[in-house]
Amino acid sequence: MPIDHAKNSIVVKNVSFSYGDTTVLKNISLTIHTGDYLGMIGPNGGGKTTLLKVMLGLLRPTAGEIFLFGTPLRNFRDWPMIGYVPQKATHIDPLFPVSVWEVVAMGRYGAKGLFNHLDKSDHVRIAQSLEYVSMQAFAHRLIGDLSLGQQQRVFIARALAAQPEIIILDEPTVGIDLATQEQFYALLKKLNQELGLTLVLVSHDIDVVTHEVTELACINQTLVYHGNPETFYTGDTLERLYGKNVRFISHNH
Amino acid sequence: MFDFFHYSFVIRGLEAGILIAFIAPLIGIFLVLRRYSLIADTLAHISLTGVALGLLLKIDPLLTALGTSTLASVAMERLRSSKKIYGESALSLFLSGGLAFAVLIIGLSHGFSVDLFSYLFGSIVTVRTQDVVRIGVLGIPILGVLFIFFKEFVYISFDEEAARVSGIPTRLFNTLLIVLAAIIIALSIPVIGILLVSALLVLPVITAIQLKKNFIQTLLLAELISLSSVISGIIISFYANLSSGATIVLIMFVVFLLIFTIKEFRK
Repeated sequence: MPIDHAKNSIVVKNVSFSYGDTTVLKNISLTIHTGDYLGMIGPNGGGKTTLLKVMLGLLRPTAGEIFLFGTPLRNFRDWPMIGYVPQKATHIDPLFPVSVWEVVAMGRYGAKGLFNHLDKSDHVRIAQSLEYVSMQAFAHRLIGDLSLGQQQRVFIARALAAQPEIIILDEPTVGIDLATQEQFYALLKKLNQELGLTLVLVSHDIDVVTHEVTELACINQTLVYHGNPETFYTGDTLERLYGKNVRFISHNH
Repeated sequence: MFDFFHYSFVIRGLEAGILIAFIAPLIGIFLVLRRYSLIADTLAHISLTGVALGLLLKIDPLLTALGTSTLASVAMERLRSSKKIYGESALSLFLSGGLAFAVLIIGLSHGFSVDLFSYLFGSIVTVRTQDVVRIGVLGIPILGVLFIFFKEFVYISFDEEAARVSGIPTRLFNTLLIVLAAIIIALSIPVIGILLVSALLVLPVITAIQLKKNFIQTLLLAELISLSSVISGIIISFYANLSSGATIVLIMFVVFLLIFTIKEFRK
């Protein structure tokens, strides 16, 4: 699929955010181009999830502006273009009585709009999304009965069901074992390369993320680094991101 | 058995009961899954303020109950979503505030009367024709709203953040859900009473959840439990000369215990 990388999906312009007197984000400008696979990394509490929420309109920035597909966020209405896999997805209520099929169907709800009920074409789309993440065999199982890795694939399917142009994932691999993580990242790569989806992946797992993504943004209150993951380790970025004398230990959650 | 239907109050009680039993789980399922179960109880206590106000001012107490619970529901949701105070704290604040206010007003109107007693515990004997009409007139639009926006309510109760990002106006629906709950609670008072009304919304749903089915099946099971408990409760209370509200809730409670025990034994 030919992708016009010159087009912008999300533009963050001079965005600052504070909770009361605490500054979380300071003057951040960042452009996400169509087709990018952007990794957003940084220390815990460094503001990456906050930036994500500001980009999605869940939090209002104290200063600055967000453009989604060229439209200022406050006027943006094409929300189905944006798929979101929240952090919450990794700790859903295990008792919640909802089947995998019903969860993926939720992905169609926003696209369908108020007052409309799902029809046959939506069901086709739901089935295709499940198939794409290889979870069709689990359609009638309860979401709470699946493993974390399987749940995460279902949430990807839910995002896909809306036929988005970009998928934003907040710490999707927390609590998932390494082997499953590998499969998960392979799926993300497929979404980016095969479907041409723009991906934004928020993670604190620098090691893995730098190997997977095509673009890297490091956030610690300010945008410490934005560019190619290969040049990330050269220079003093790590130090500026985490402070001096930080030792890196490979860790599996 | 047939003498049962000779009494018009029994028929009125059944009509009112069946309508309420049908609507309650449809709202209850969203309250329970959003961990809002206690909202039902809080709104019921606030309705007591309305009932007391109605008795004092000689206005139909159910109208004033409807007014106070709806107003309080909007205020409560605003306070909760402002995040300036914990969600449960907001409930506790309104529950005790409402009750204190009610007790004061009851004192002003010279204490507890038989009337007040029937509002606290409910009884199908006191269900009037106008109550049944009111339940129908308000209940059917409530059903309509729930049907039209069912998918939005499901999405928000499962994953509010993702629902919001998908373009659903979650704040509007949160308020709508609470207002609907406030209305159905005020409407249920004649049948089941202020002190037990929250059980009607909550118990059939938590029982159905034990059976581990998908959303639609869970809702249908809750409906089945709700309708059969209310109908059998009214019939049993009539023959055994028991309080209808308490009988209904006790049946729901026993159904929960049975299903929960069977489930645990099967493990």
